Order: sequence, then structure tokens, then C-alpha cells
Amino acid sequence: MGLKPSDFRVPQVYADWCPGCGDFGIMNGLQMAFAELGLEPHQIVMVSGIGCSGKEAHNVKAYGVHTLHGRTLPFAMGIKVANPNLEVLAIGGDGDGLGIGAGHFVNAGRRNLDMTYIIHNNGVYGLTKGQASPTLRLGIQTKSLPKPNINEAVNSIGLAIISGFTFAARSYAYDVRHLKDIIKQAIQHKGLAFIDCLQPCPTYNNVTTKAWYAGEDRKDANGKPQSRLYKLEETGFDPNVREWSEDFKKKMAAMDKAREWGDRIPIGVFYKNELEPTFQQRISSRIPFYMDRPPAKQKLGDENGFATLDLAEFMEDLKTS
Amino acid sequence: MAGGAQGSGVDTAANIFGKACGYGGLYVFGRREYHSNIKGLHSYFHLRISPKEILANVNDVDLLAAFDAETAVRHINEVVPEGGIIIDSQQMNTKVLNIPTLPPEFKAELTKFMKENNVGETLNDWLNHAKQKNVHVFPVPYMNLLNQIGAKLGIEKISKITRMINILTIGVSFALFKYDRRLAEKAVRATFSAKPKIVEMNVLALNHAYDYAEEHFKNTFKHRLEKTEVNEERLFLTGNQAVAMGKVLGGCRVQTYYPITPAADESEYLEAHQIMKTSRGEDEAIVVIQTEDEIAAVNSASGAALAGARAATSTSGPGFSLMAEGLSWAGNNEVPLVITYYQRGAPATGLPTRNGQADLRFAMHAGHGEFPRIILASGDIQECFYDAAKVFNLAEKYQTPVIHLLDKAMANCSQTYPVFDYGKFKIDRGEILTEKELEGKEYKRFRFTETGVSPRVVLGAKNGVHWYTGDEHNEIGHISEEPLNRRLMVEKRMRKLELVKKEVPVEDKLKFYGDTDSENIVVSWGSPKGAIIESLEKLKQEGFNIGFMQVRLIHPLPTEEVKKALEGKKRIIDVEDNFSGQLGGIIKEQTGIAPNYHVLKYTGRPMTTTEVHEALKAILTDKASEREVLMFGS
Repeated sequence: MGLKPSDFRVPQVYADWCPGCGDFGIMNGLQMAFAELGLEPHQIVMVSGIGCSGKEAHNVKAYGVHTLHGRTLPFAMGIKVANPNLEVLAIGGDGDGLGIGAGHFVNAGRRNLDMTYIIHNNGVYGLTKGQASPTLRLGIQTKSLPKPNINEAVNSIGLAIISGFTFAARSYAYDVRHLKDIIKQAIQHKGLAFIDCLQPCPTYNNVTTKAWYAGEDRKDANGKPQSRLYKLEETGFDPNVREWSEDFKKKMAAMDKAREWGDRIPIGVFYKNELEPTFQQRISSRIPFYMDRPPAKQKLGDENGFATLDLAEFMEDLKTS
Repeated sequence: MAGGAQGSGVDTAANIFGKACGYGGLYVFGRREYHSNIKGLHSYFHLRISPKEILANVNDVDLLAAFDAETAVRHINEVVPEGGIIIDSQQMNTKVLNIPTLPPEFKAELTKFMKENNVGETLNDWLNHAKQKNVHVFPVPYMNLLNQIGAKLGIEKISKITRMINILTIGVSFALFKYDRRLAEKAVRATFSAKPKIVEMNVLALNHAYDYAEEHFKNTFKHRLEKTEVNEERLFLTGNQAVAMGKVLGGCRVQTYYPITPAADESEYLEAHQIMKTSRGEDEAIVVIQTEDEIAAVNSASGAALAGARAATSTSGPGFSLMAEGLSWAGNNEVPLVITYYQRGAPATGLPTRNGQADLRFAMHAGHGEFPRIILASGDIQECFYDAAKVFNLAEKYQTPVIHLLDKAMANCSQTYPVFDYGKFKIDRGEILTEKELEGKEYKRFRFTETGVSPRVVLGAKNGVHWYTGDEHNEIGHISEEPLNRRLMVEKRMRKLELVKKEVPVEDKLKFYGDTDSENIVVSWGSPKGAIIESLEKLKQEGFNIGFMQVRLIHPLPTEEVKKALEGKKRIIDVEDNFSGQLGGIIKEQTGIAPNYHVLKYTGRPMTTTEVHEALKAILTDKASEREVLMFGS
């Protein structure tokens, strides 16, 4: 009998996000995805950064490592390298991942570790009361900004693709079913998967709000709101790279979609390539027994505690007599 | 001593020379000095060789093998009477002040020297000046020799073999010392073993130079190197290599790093030896990750440690600066993290390839807030090896970050030791609960315990789900800002330091040498150790009574033992490679006993026995000031 999403709840913890926060949706999406994938709490490690998103790790029953601002990916890498059999998810905010942690974002792409990275994208630094984050567009003035934003936004999907992430997708915190499906695909993807999760901040982002995404400002003739979000999969968009020869084309198509913003915002999978060797495979090509006996599983001492390592080979090169 | 432009094979020459001496049963201590530069600037290797164990360098040079004019100029005054200088005969007319790599401030020193000693402007004038002090000059026509060797090998383009000038100087040097050339040949073969063609070329060059020197420099040089019989196996290795071996012995299976001098050699050495054998004949492996920066290095090492691997990162001052926040997180989350910290000349980029001990207080205080950490400082290459293994036991037993504090002098010096006897090294992983032990129990990662140590569970264990956070947390690892919980949690963490103080074996806290009952005592840590011990031996022969306390466990400082050792002493002499006498200050703060003399050096060059001995002797005879600043070394 598999576990239910409710089995991934953490009753001891009060989820202290603002009422209506998109983080609740992401929490639900994660719990549903884990249950549907048949995972158990101890098999999962949720690594989070600083900010409201950082608390996701406390609100899901799984190993939780709530780390430093911007350093989600390095912690996650260390965990995954030490024990590649763990299901590792890195969870962070847009400022965490694309501002202070942008260097790690780019370099994580170069390694293609088999894990999932979810960014909570709301355009503001919520926990410090609403400063502009790296995904806020130029000229936008959310309510606590003294002046309109002077910086242009980072294109997170585009950056993921050119950095080497082999799965790039976007979802929406209020469309939990869609998000759950995307999270499942990301976890099942063989390689580093990125999810840009649009997650309106109800308190500090009064511009790209839930109502804005829903298109309540642009109703059709019958008064029905015209959602700004549309699903790539419903347009016949095919993100899958099946052979290397089509990789460039697929990347360009994904980049083209990643540029869309404003009245039409795509969600769904932009790019997926499982041909690229994962970091685990690369290590295994050097250390053939890596997956069976990764660093966390090696026996260091014998039954009496004596170190079992034999340094003869090291010392041979250094001997002078 | 061998010196020349960086990239001209000084290191290789010195290693071959050292190896050849090792084959002859001799002990070698080698000090490597180089600029932060790839090619062109001056570098040198000072080798001290003896049938008896050597612990440090001295000021004197018996034989200087100068690959270029700058080496001769920089080191000519270090050559002793009846010593020798091997020099390229084509360089004789080089005008010293025209050597392009000399910086203006050094030229000013040279100009002053030339004026005061009435020395002319060419290298020949300088060499003549040295000859007046009975220094022998051995001019070698390197280009002619290379032409002859080229002819033998059928190589027309001599530019292809100019790299072998270093081998020629070895040949000449060993001929002058009348050392068994077969041992030199063996060392050449061992060094280039992967490239048979290169081996033959170099062996030919070695013998050609040896023959040349035998023929042209008959019996003018009095110093000899004689092989002796030894019946033990010995190693000739650097601190970087010793640390790498110690780490894998201690169970390190994930090492992260960002390239930095003088730490990176260790990680590269580990990666080269990634797959290892156990005594049971099984394979084990270490994963070495070059990260994008030191922030990623420290935090991914923490991640790996939480997952149950013994993990470390290795760095120097600038890198450690970037690690400060990660260190604080690891302290708060009781992560068994090991940081190998090779100090170099600081602040800022400082003297990136030179020595320094100015980061002691930084290592003690880096990271915001109060959390327990352990700082273990090695004083020689053998300690580097054993300590590199021990720090993992400390980290896991006390579940807290451990800084293994080293310096450039140890990282890059090479020394001869009997083969390390590591068979008795035990792995102590501290309290780790297994899946079975967890069954049916509620697990609390940060359970309040009497010792402050809470049994650990590694990520992924069944029945052990728990949380970590950089926020203050409750026993299960969730965020808590409650005052009582806060107080208990701070106290639980800090309590571990008392346990460390109590449990760490005496020899890992302090080591004593010389006459510790006398009224005089030296206190020091790290690489000055060798020069201090050798100085003490000399002083003893001269009738002085003096002891030496080497501090190894710097944090938490074993205050009671330190107090006991220093109480009632007339002269407490603090010896350190920094400006402010940091260890002395820490001892004063924590014991109330202050050193009354300081012997300090901050030129970036390690202390030599010669200068430490002179300074200590001046202090013991009341001829010194309270603060002696050492200067030796180019």
C-alpha cells in the first residue's frame, strides 16, 4: 500500500506562509508527486535555501536540509554525490537561485547531477519585505519598491538551458495538478531538472498577482477572464531531444518560448535531453563501483575499528629506499 | 640550493637531487620558494642533506646551482667560504642591474650593496667578490654541453633540449660532491619513468655533465656527500602529499576544493590516486570535486558529511574567507566537517606562494555567532599525515567542524621520514544510529544530552527522518525562536568543547621538547617547530637550558595544561610567523600568562634554524629586545 499525500505532512510544524501564498500550492504539489511516485519520506532529501521558499523543507515529511541563502545547489550536490541513491530536490527562491546563488546555478548545469531544482518565482524578496528579485522586469514597481525596478530580469528558463540543465520546465503554484505532474517528470528525468514555478507573493507583489495570471484584467466579450498562462503540451510543442542532431534546434525552440512573457506565458516542459551523461555516470566511468558503494556507504574500519585502507600504492611513489 | 626562472625545471632538479640522496640513505629537507607566476620569475629549492634526521633549513648554502644570473645574485651571500657556485659561463658578462625580472626595490638594495662593497656591475664582478671570501666558482658552458648532447642524440635543434639544463646542474653538482652517480641515474629514471625516451636523454645529459665536471673541476670543492647503509624504508614527501594520504586513511571519501595555492596540490594528488585498495583487497574510492568557488566547496562538503561520507575541503586564507558563512552553518547544525587550511602570506592576496601564520585568530573566530569548533595545528610533515586522519575522528565524535591548520611551509617543504606506521590508526565514527536502532522510536537529531553530543543519523536512513536548518532549531530540527529552547540549544552545542578538552589525548594537545624544567620556554605552533627543536639542541650544546611547548590543540586551548607549563618561567618566548604573536595573545587571554619575548617573522619565508638559534641565544643572554623580527631568505 503506497503512501498518500497526507503522509508527507508535518503535523508538528505550523506552515507560517501568508494566507493565499503560492508556497502552499508547491507544498501540496510536492506531497502529491512523492505519493504518486511511491517514494517514502526517508528516501527523499529536500534541500532548501533562505526565504519563504526555504520553509518548504520543514513542511514536507522527508529529510529536510534548510541551508544558506543561495547555497541550495552546493549542499544538494554534496548530498547527492555522497549518496546518489537518495532522491534529492533543491528548493529555492528566485533571489536565492538567480541572484546570490547564480554562480551555482550556472555551474550546476555543467555537472548535470540527477536531481531536481525548483525555483519559487515571484519577483520579490518576500521575507525581507518586498525588494526586487532577479526575475522582476525592468520598470516594474511592486508595492514596497521606492522606485521602479532599475534592473532587467534574468530569463531563468533560458539561463538553465544554456547552462546545461537537461530538463527545463515552468509551472504555476495555483495549478497544483499541473505542478505535481511537472515535479514528477522532473524527478523521473535522468539528469538535472529545473522547474521555474510561478508563485505569486500575495503580500509584496501587487503586479504579477494571481488575478493578473488569471487575466482578470482582460476579459472576453462574455466577461470571462483570459488567462495569461497557456500549456505548451496543448500547443503540440515537443521539448524532447531524441538524438544529438536535433539538440540545437530544440534548444533554440525552447529559448524562443522562454522569451514569451506578458499576455501569453507558456508553462510546461520547454526542453528535455536524456542523452547527456549525468554526473553520476561521469563519476562511474572513473569509479566503476561508485553507484554500489558511494562515499556514504564505504566501510572505513574493520571489526576492531582499525582503518582498512592500504597506503602501499601511495607510498610506493614516495619511497627513497 | 638550485635556483632559476620559474618553468626552467628547478623543482624537478631538486626532487631528483633529493631522491638521489635518499637512495644513498641520506635524510633530506627541502624548502621550495616560488613567485606567484607561471614562467620567468625567480624560484629556488633549498635542500639540506645529512646522514642524520633534519627538521629545518639553515641560512648557509654549500653549493649553489644557479640556472641563471638572478639566482647567483640573490643567493651569492648565502654561500659559505669553501662553498661553490655553479653558473652558466655565458652569463658572466650579464650586467646585474639589467636583469629584467628584478623589481626596483630589490635593485635599490643591490645598488647599495655594490657601492658599500665596491663590487662592479657584471655578474663576473660579483663572482670575483665571492671568490675573495674563498667561494669557488664553477662556470659551465651549458650551451656547449647541450650541443654535444644534441649531437649524440641526433637532435639538431638545441632549443628542444634546453630544458635539460637542470639535469646538467645535477650532474655537475653530484660530481662536485663526489656522490655515486648511479644513485643520481636511478633518481632520473624514477622521475621520468612514464616516458622512456625522456629517461634516456636525461641520463645521457646527467652523465655528460658529471664527466665534464670531473674533468674540469678537479678537487677544488671540499664538500662531500657520502651514501650510508640504511635498513629501513623511507619516504621523501611534501606536506600536501602527507595530508592527502592521511585524509584517505582517516576515511575521507569526498573532497571538494576550488583551486588555490598552496592547497590545490593536495586535491590533485588525491584525484590522481582516486581508487584505493583496502587491506582486504577491496577497492575504495574518493570523489574529488572541483567546485565553482569556495562557498560551494565548503557547503557541498557539509552536504556530503550529512549524507554520511567523511568529507573535507581544502583551502587557503582567501578561500577560507569565503567559507565563513558555511562554517557557521556547519557549527549550528553540528556537521562533522573537516577544513584543511593552509595559511599563506596575507592579508588579501598577500604573498600567495609564501608562508605565513597570521590566520590563527581568523580560524578561531571566522563565522558569525558562537559555535564550537576544533582547531588542530600540525608542526611537521609527519604530524600533517596523522592529524589529517585524526581530524575526521574528532569531527564525527564531537559532531562539529574541525579546522586542520597548516601553512605553506609544510605544504611545500619536502622531508625524509621512515615509512609511516599507520597500522594502528583507528576509525571512530562517534555515535551513529542504524536503521535497526531507530525502529519504532521517535528520533530527535538534536536531542539535549549531558555531553552535548546527540546520536546522529545519516540522511537516507529509514525511520530517522529529521531536519536541519540554519535557523535556531528545536530537538527535531525545526525552526524555533523560543528563549528557553534557544538557551538549551546554545549550551548543548558549546558544552561539546568541554568534552573535547577532557577527551583529546595529551599528545594531541601539547608536545614538549628540550629542558622543560628550566626557567626558559619557547611556545610556538606550526612550521617553526623544526627550526626551534634544532635550535634547542644547539643551545643545549652551548650550555643553555631551555624547553619548548608546541601547541597542537589551539581551540579549545588546553588552558590548565598550558598554565602548568608556563607558570613561574622567567622567559616565555613566543615564536610565530606573524606580526602580532597571535598564539601568545591567545595564551595570555585564556591563561593570564603572557609571553615576555616574541620572535616573529612575516617576510613570507619560513624560519631557519640559524636565525631562530641566534634570536633565542640573544634572548637567553639578555642581549635581545622583547621583539625580535627575523628576515632571512630571498
